[in-house]
This record gives sequence, C-alpha cells and structure tokens, in this order.
Amino acid sequence: MLKDWKSTVWRAALILAPWLLLLAGWYAIHYSGLINPALVPTPHEVAVRFAELMRGRLPLDILMSTQRVFIGVLCGIVLAVPVGFVLGWYRNIRTFIDPLINFFRALPPIALIPLVIVYFGVDEIAKTVILFYASFFAGVIVMYEGISQISPIYVRVARTLGARDGEIFRKVIIPLAVPHMLTALRVALGVAWATLVASELIAAQQGLGALIQNAGSFFQLDIIYVGIICIGFIALFMDLGLRALGRRFVSWQERIA
Amino acid sequence: MTAKVRIAFDNVSVRFPTTGGSMQVVDDVSYRVHDREFVSVIGPSGCGKTTMMNIVAGFMQPSSGTVMLDGKPIAGPGPDRGVIFQEYGIFPWLTVKENIAFGLNLRANRVGAAEREEICQRYMRLMGLADFAGAWPRMLSGGMRQRLALARAYAVKPQFLLMDEPFGALDAQTRSAMQDLLLHVLAEEGKTVMLITHSVEEAVYLSNRIIVMTARPTRIREIIEVPFAYPRTDALHKTAEFGELRAHVRDLVMQEYAQQARQRSTAST
Repeated sequence: MLKDWKSTVWRAALILAPWLLLLAGWYAIHYSGLINPALVPTPHEVAVRFAELMRGRLPLDILMSTQRVFIGVLCGIVLAVPVGFVLGWYRNIRTFIDPLINFFRALPPIALIPLVIVYFGVDEIAKTVILFYASFFAGVIVMYEGISQISPIYVRVARTLGARDGEIFRKVIIPLAVPHMLTALRVALGVAWATLVASELIAAQQGLGALIQNAGSFFQLDIIYVGIICIGFIALFMDLGLRALGRRFVSWQERIA
Repeated sequence: MTAKVRIAFDNVSVRFPTTGGSMQVVDDVSYRVHDREFVSVIGPSGCGKTTMMNIVAGFMQPSSGTVMLDGKPIAGPGPDRGVIFQEYGIFPWLTVKENIAFGLNLRANRVGAAEREEICQRYMRLMGLADFAGAWPRMLSGGMRQRLALARAYAVKPQFLLMDEPFGALDAQTRSAMQDLLLHVLAEEGKTVMLITHSVEEAVYLSNRIIVMTARPTRIREIIEVPFAYPRTDALHKTAEFGELRAHVRDLVMQEYAQQARQRSTAST
C-alpha cells in the first residue's frame, strides 16, 4: 500500500521534472541578463497574461483553432485511410502513385497559401484546405507504410482455415490496419497543429495563429508565448487522448505507453 | 498398402520465372500419400520441399503434371487441409481462445456457440493452453505458439495436416515434447499428414514413410518405409533398429547436401 503510494509519487515527480527544469531554465535566461530581459517575459508574467486572456478572446481562439484542426484532420484522414490502404495493399499501384505522393508531400503548405487564396478565397474553407492538405499527406504515408508491412502469412492462414475474401477483409485486414489508422491520425494531428499558424496567416480574425500574428505586430511577447504554449498543450492533450484510445482498441500490441 | 490414396503427385514439375529465364525447382516427382499415413519429406534446404507443400495447400499450381486430392484437382486453400507454417502465423490481435475459435466463426465451418466453446475447451486442454485462454499471443513461448497453431488448425477438423518445418524454431527439449504431443493428438484423431522437415531424427521418429529429395531441381532420391509400430515413445530413439534407419537416411540426405554444395560452388565460379 505504502509502496504503491510511493511509486505513484515517484512517477509524478519523474513526469514533472523535465517541465520544472524547463521553467527553471526559462527563469535563468530571464535573470541571467544574457538576453535583454525585456525580450524574455517571465513564466509568471505569461501566466498572468494567460489568465487575463482567458476572460477575453482566448477561449474563442482556442475553440476556432481546435475546430479548424479537427475538421482539417477529419477530412484528411477520411481520405488518407482508404487511399493509404489501397497503396499499401496493391504493390503495383504503389509503384506508379508513390512518386506523385512524395512530390506533393514535399511541398510545404505555407508555399501553397498564395494559390489557396486565389482558388478558395480567404474564408474558413481556405484554412481547412491547407490543414486538409497537410494531414492527408502525413496520414497517407503512415498508413501505406504500415499496411505494406503487414505479413501475408495471416491472410494465408485465414485461407487455410476456410476464410473467403470478405471474411479475410473484415477479420484479418481490418484488425491489422487499425493500429496504423491510429498512428496516421496521431501523425496527422501533429502536422495539422504545426500547420495551423500558417493556415491562420490567411486573414484570420480568431484562432491561436491569429492571436500570435496580431501580438507579433504589436510586439506583445507575452501574448505570443501564451499562444505558443496553448498550441503545444492542446496538441499534447489530443495526443494523450488518442493514445488512451489506442490502448483500448489495440491492447494486443506490444507498446510501452 | 491397401489404404485409399488421398494425395497423388503425378510427374509434377515446377519452374519459377527468374530474370534470366526460368529456374526448375521440382523435377518430375510422383508419389502417393495414403489415408492416415504420416509422410515426411526431407532434403537439403531450399530444394523445393515447401513448394510441394504449397501445391497441396492450394497456394500454387505445378508447371506440369498433376496433384490430386482424393482424385480431384486442387482448387485453392480450404479447411479440409490444416496447414502449420514455419512461422506459425498466430493472429496477434486475438487471444489464445479467439485464435482457436477463428476458423469456427467462418462461414465455411460455422458451429453453434455451445459447440464452439466445447471445441475450444477441448483443444486448449489437449494442447496445455487451458490456463492461457485470455492471454495475448505475444506473451506465449515458442512452444506454446506452436501448440496454439496446432489447436487452431485442428479446431476446424481438417482431414489433412500439412506441416512445413513446424518445430524448426524450437529448442531441442520443446521440440521433442512437441513431437510426442503430435503423435498423441494424431492417435486420438487420425489425419493424413505431410511433414516437411530437415531433421532426420524427427522424420524417422514420426513417419510411416520418408521421401528423401535430391538437391535442386528436386527429384525423389528414395522412399523409405519406417517399420516401427505406433504408439511410439522416446525409448524408440535408443533402439538399434532406429539407429540403423536414421544412419541410412542421414547418409542419403548428407549426399544430397554435398551435391548441393558442389552445385553452388560450380555456379559461383
């Protein structure tokens, strides 16, 4: 009992330690004078600004950004899963499509913004298109790499037990694909958050990217930090949520969570 | 032997396409496997033994000649032929019990819930897996995976058992225990068995007949009747007759390995 309690405390301390170290480093930089302290707001100043903004525009910014990421990733993954699956499963199709995928994947979403503005305007749809683009290509690669590494032995075993094509798809291929779908979703979410600020460069009024952009033009460093930290934490919590989901659905996998 | 012929190879040859034409793997092989017979196929590694098993399993067709199963051509894989693969192919996303039940949930051999439960329990008991019904395969040892593969294959009541180096990955003790378990299970529910193996000891201990294959392109070197009666036990290993037969088979196999080595060295010069 006591041992359990002790190990819980020890675990919590281990999880907190790197964060505390980060905070300490931040204070150290501020007070060391290596950089002009006016250019590095202290953590507590940022915290105060965070509390203040939470009573103002921040909740809406968070909502807008999360919503954009969510819709962009949803659209991207809904398309990436079947496309990635087909590319992974049918080797001969992959040979032809693979260079195309890699061509588009290499293009940074920011470089596409001027074109997106031309074709989709500056409304919500334009931001979604950018996020969709980013999450689709991230997701499709993870998905097809994963699927193409599935060993054909399972399909052969199922056939010798009498499985027909439909049964093989439902009972063998789907269970093997689920972990790759979850990984694709995780990677796509990460990429989408990374692309968010770029997508909100397109004349956004609300959103964490817009908050950072606006604060940048007025040299409000503390607000920039608030925005950045918010993006980081939301992405972190989403990833933790997905991993918890993953543990439920693919508990058979050997994975240190 | 008066028993019914179940598997018939007639003038079977297999060629694989390669970049420079084609490579002959199996050359004019004919033999018969009778009902409830245990036949081992032994020969140098890479000689084409697995190819012959894949034809019976329904995964490939011979380039020429015919392979018949109960007098009919083979249309593809099916639950009448249980296959134990070298790498087992245990489904990692299913528990031990779900793995055994997999075949029973397919349309080809669906049974009621009560019967499914009974079959699962029976094979878990027989294979010593009863305490691991809910365990994930990644927690199992090599020997347990092997037993699970056997239980899963047996659950759909195949008439044939095709095994490709099933004990190759096991340590010597587990291997010997698995051989005895296999004989025990076969004594309870007879099957017609084709075993692909490298191990002379294993072939002599388990089989009615041993087919010794030559180096590639593989032909039949010799077919050897194994005269020992079943049930066989570990004591058989120590008898003089067993030793003599083992020595004879080993000589044949070693000659073919030497032949294969010569082929490789001439091919490389």
